[in-house]
Amino acid sequence: MTPTPVTIAAEDGQARNPALPTPESALAMRGMTVSYGEKPAVFSVDATFPAGAMSAIIGPNGAGKSTLLKASLGVVPRLSGAVTVFGTPIEKARDRIAYVPQRASVDWDFPTTVIDVVQMGLYRKVGLLGRLSGAAAQQARTCLDRVGMADFADRQIGQLSGGQQQRVFLARALVQDADLYLLDEPFAGVDAATERAIIDVLKLLKSEGKSVVAVHHDLATARGYFDHVFLINVRRIAEGPVETTFTAENLNATYGGRLSATHVDELTLTGGAA
Amino acid sequence: MGTDFVQFSLTPILIGTFAAIACALPGNFLILRRQALIGDAISHVVLPGIVVAFLVTGAVAAIPMLIGAAGAAIVAVILIETVKRLGRIEPGAAMGVVFTTLFAAGVLLLEQTDTSSVHLDVEHALMGNLESLIWFRATGWDSLLDPAALATLPPELGRMAAVCALIVGLMLVFWRWLKIATFDEGFAQALGIPAAGLGFGLVITAAVAAVAAFDAVGSIIVIAMFICPPAAARLMTNRLAAQVWWSVAFATVSAVLGYVLAGYGPLWFGGQNALSAAGMIAAVSGVILGLAVLFGPHRARVGAGRADASG
Amino acid sequence: MSPFLDALLLQAGYNAALVGIGAGLLGFAAGSSGTFLFLRKRALVSDAVAHATLPGVGLAFIVMVALGGDGRSLAGLLIGSAVTAWIGLMLIEWITRRTRLAEDAAIGAVLGVFFGLGIVLLTVIQTMSAGRQAGLEGFLLGSTAGMLFEDAIIIAVGGSVAVFATWLLRRPMTLVAFDPDYAAALGYDVRRIDLMMMGLAMAVTVIGLKLVGLILIVAMLIIPSVTARFWTERAHHVVWIAGGIGGVSGYVGAAISASAPSMPTGPVIVLVAAGAFAISLLFAPVRGVVASLLRHRRFQVRVHRRQGLLALAHQHPIREPFTLRLLAREGLVRADGVATQAGRAQAAKVSRDERRWAIAREIHQDAGLTGRYDGLTPIEEVFTADEIGEFDRRLGAPVGLGGGS
Repeated sequence: MTPTPVTIAAEDGQARNPALPTPESALAMRGMTVSYGEKPAVFSVDATFPAGAMSAIIGPNGAGKSTLLKASLGVVPRLSGAVTVFGTPIEKARDRIAYVPQRASVDWDFPTTVIDVVQMGLYRKVGLLGRLSGAAAQQARTCLDRVGMADFADRQIGQLSGGQQQRVFLARALVQDADLYLLDEPFAGVDAATERAIIDVLKLLKSEGKSVVAVHHDLATARGYFDHVFLINVRRIAEGPVETTFTAENLNATYGGRLSATHVDELTLTGGAA
Repeated sequence: MGTDFVQFSLTPILIGTFAAIACALPGNFLILRRQALIGDAISHVVLPGIVVAFLVTGAVAAIPMLIGAAGAAIVAVILIETVKRLGRIEPGAAMGVVFTTLFAAGVLLLEQTDTSSVHLDVEHALMGNLESLIWFRATGWDSLLDPAALATLPPELGRMAAVCALIVGLMLVFWRWLKIATFDEGFAQALGIPAAGLGFGLVITAAVAAVAAFDAVGSIIVIAMFICPPAAARLMTNRLAAQVWWSVAFATVSAVLGYVLAGYGPLWFGGQNALSAAGMIAAVSGVILGLAVLFGPHRARVGAGRADASG
Repeated sequence: MSPFLDALLLQAGYNAALVGIGAGLLGFAAGSSGTFLFLRKRALVSDAVAHATLPGVGLAFIVMVALGGDGRSLAGLLIGSAVTAWIGLMLIEWITRRTRLAEDAAIGAVLGVFFGLGIVLLTVIQTMSAGRQAGLEGFLLGSTAGMLFEDAIIIAVGGSVAVFATWLLRRPMTLVAFDPDYAAALGYDVRRIDLMMMGLAMAVTVIGLKLVGLILIVAMLIIPSVTARFWTERAHHVVWIAGGIGGVSGYVGAAISASAPSMPTGPVIVLVAAGAFAISLLFAPVRGVVASLLRHRRFQVRVHRRQGLLALAHQHPIREPFTLRLLAREGLVRADGVATQAGRAQAAKVSRDERRWAIAREIHQDAGLTGRYDGLTPIEEVFTADEIGEFDRRLGAPVGLGGGS
């Protein structure tokens, strides 16, 4: 065993000047530290997600995947760190971002309908009092159609299955017509048909030149779905193109002993075959 | 029914209705945000607010007392938030600690200042004196067109109408923000909407409603107005806009029916003295909620409630 | 000071002594039986219960007068208040079970509506007994004037029963407060235990109505347990500490009230308890504000210091002004952000630790250890000196800055 296969923050030889976020990066973070209480959930993380690609944030439970995403959006406060989107500070680039939160983070008993939720994606554009025109309603319906939910537009959201709820959230992000899509565990607890529908939409987005960053927990599908991976376990473990980064060594470093050796071999093998 | 009604019933009914609507509107969002009891907390601190206002100004005047009550409500909200964050205490207990302490301080201050005139007002602050807000100079429906008579309308009517209009306006302007920040706070923040500020604004709006309503319907019955009409409305529909309309309707029915029952009910049973109108309004709103719980078309829970936030 | 001491030593007269003992007992009972509601995150149920006693008081008065009594028998009024308080409790449970409404809405609705009904009944009573003061307003804010020996007996007996029941039910109640699903799996009837919890609070409320009034009894149920929570991490201790705080507040509050004019008992007791709460909130050793502020500050310094040293080790510029100030203060960087000799040495140590961690995580691939690779835990805390020696052997000789890989 050679002594240095594991890469540590900024020692992997990539030419990255932290002061100058590269314009071709869709999302870049520098020195992100977030803590709940006295233990860092994310410590001093630098990350760069390329534009026009599908990227995954991968790590074990409690490794800070969702926290990293939420902190970069300002949904949870950060102890330190800076975030840029396409080279501009995130606060000035909100119009270019669409966010799909975890399904469990909202009250599905809220009195509202599917089409209403999708139109929430337009609230920033139309402002407080601007009219939601017929065109906007049409736009929302088109996005619902893209996720296969057009027939459910007038349902109360509580009547949807988990997969359908996730599709509604995706439609809400689509209606924002953003350049960067940030998704928090989009495949968690959804059925296989929904998973396929979501990944098809995301691949279509990529083909339109959009960038996608998703928190992802399923190692078996990571290689098939994504171009770029970011491995995290509180610290940044590794990042790069999926072919060179999603390796047994890096996964071991990320998950510690929680993945058995055969499991890792299987993953890399099936991943390679897909 | 003509002159007597205009003289003795018209203005209290209008004031009661405006108060009920002003409370029910923010109540809709408080209920959806699981903050219904902030109304409880606010209404209890009205008492210390008016006592301090009296101590500062030395007079029993409406405006300083309103300001004092509003100030107490804001102090209470800030204290609750502070205790909750700093002490890592769940919101219900934090409210319980803060508002009971402030209430106790209010009672103590009151006892220390020996003025019987304020004492009267405190009973009113707790129980309301809707019945006394009569339009003495009215001579009939035509007084509505008589500037001289209109000038003698009780000032509470104008004040309550203005507050109600203000709250309606705020709800209309911030409708979308409130809706999205209530449904999905994380998404709202990602859109750049100041969700935290909005939440604070909502509580302050509720405080303004409670303070304006307390001298009409009494501070504790305000809680029923915050909660019962919107809660009953929630069981009638699955759409937010429809829910708000229902709540306004229920608030109006409670106010009108409650006042009529309190004022004329005893007469039907051979009694002579009217009952507490504010109490009766609360009771009617409770009956409406009870009927909605029994028969409301959308009373059952359908979606999974908010799961505990997970990282 | 001496009237206060007299009162404290029960030397201030028969009535004051009675009030003092009664308030102490009531405080203990309220503090301990309120604890489980607080731990169950339902503190404000007690608020609804308290307000729901008012119509019962009114009804009992009307019934007793109708039966030919004078309507002022304390026991009768308390029984009436218990009946409507119980109905209020059942309604809260009914609304939350039957509909989509959350418990807070149910609590608020019951509270407001029952209080409203109570006020209506009070106006009925005013018309009934025109000229005769029923004195029921005393139940709003409490009154100790003319407290009778029987009243003290009611408080003493009722309070002891409540404390005994709390002690008896402490295990199932702790279980339900902590993890209702698990309690249900063990075969406990969670609904019934919840009702017993609320029933206990109700009993104390009813007992305390006369002394502190229906609004402030809520404070006596909530404040002691919230205060006690600052001092212990164990549920059973919270119960008795809360009882102690409640008892002392009750007794001391009553003594203060007896020793000075215009000091109503109820509010003074609540303010004494609130004082204990404020002190605990600020100065409790672990959960207190001062302690956690200091801890957070230290934590922040540790994070920024470490992040700064990592940046130095990787020869990245430090851009956070706080980090720069921190390192400059320790003499690790110059004002322009360039590392000093000492800074370079520290950075080299940090850098070496990072490489040690990398080796460690390769050798020890178990989650327990890798989980502590959070950037802040010193490696010396996780591994023994000889283990670290082994990492160093694999790493090779120490290298200077910049010679990372």
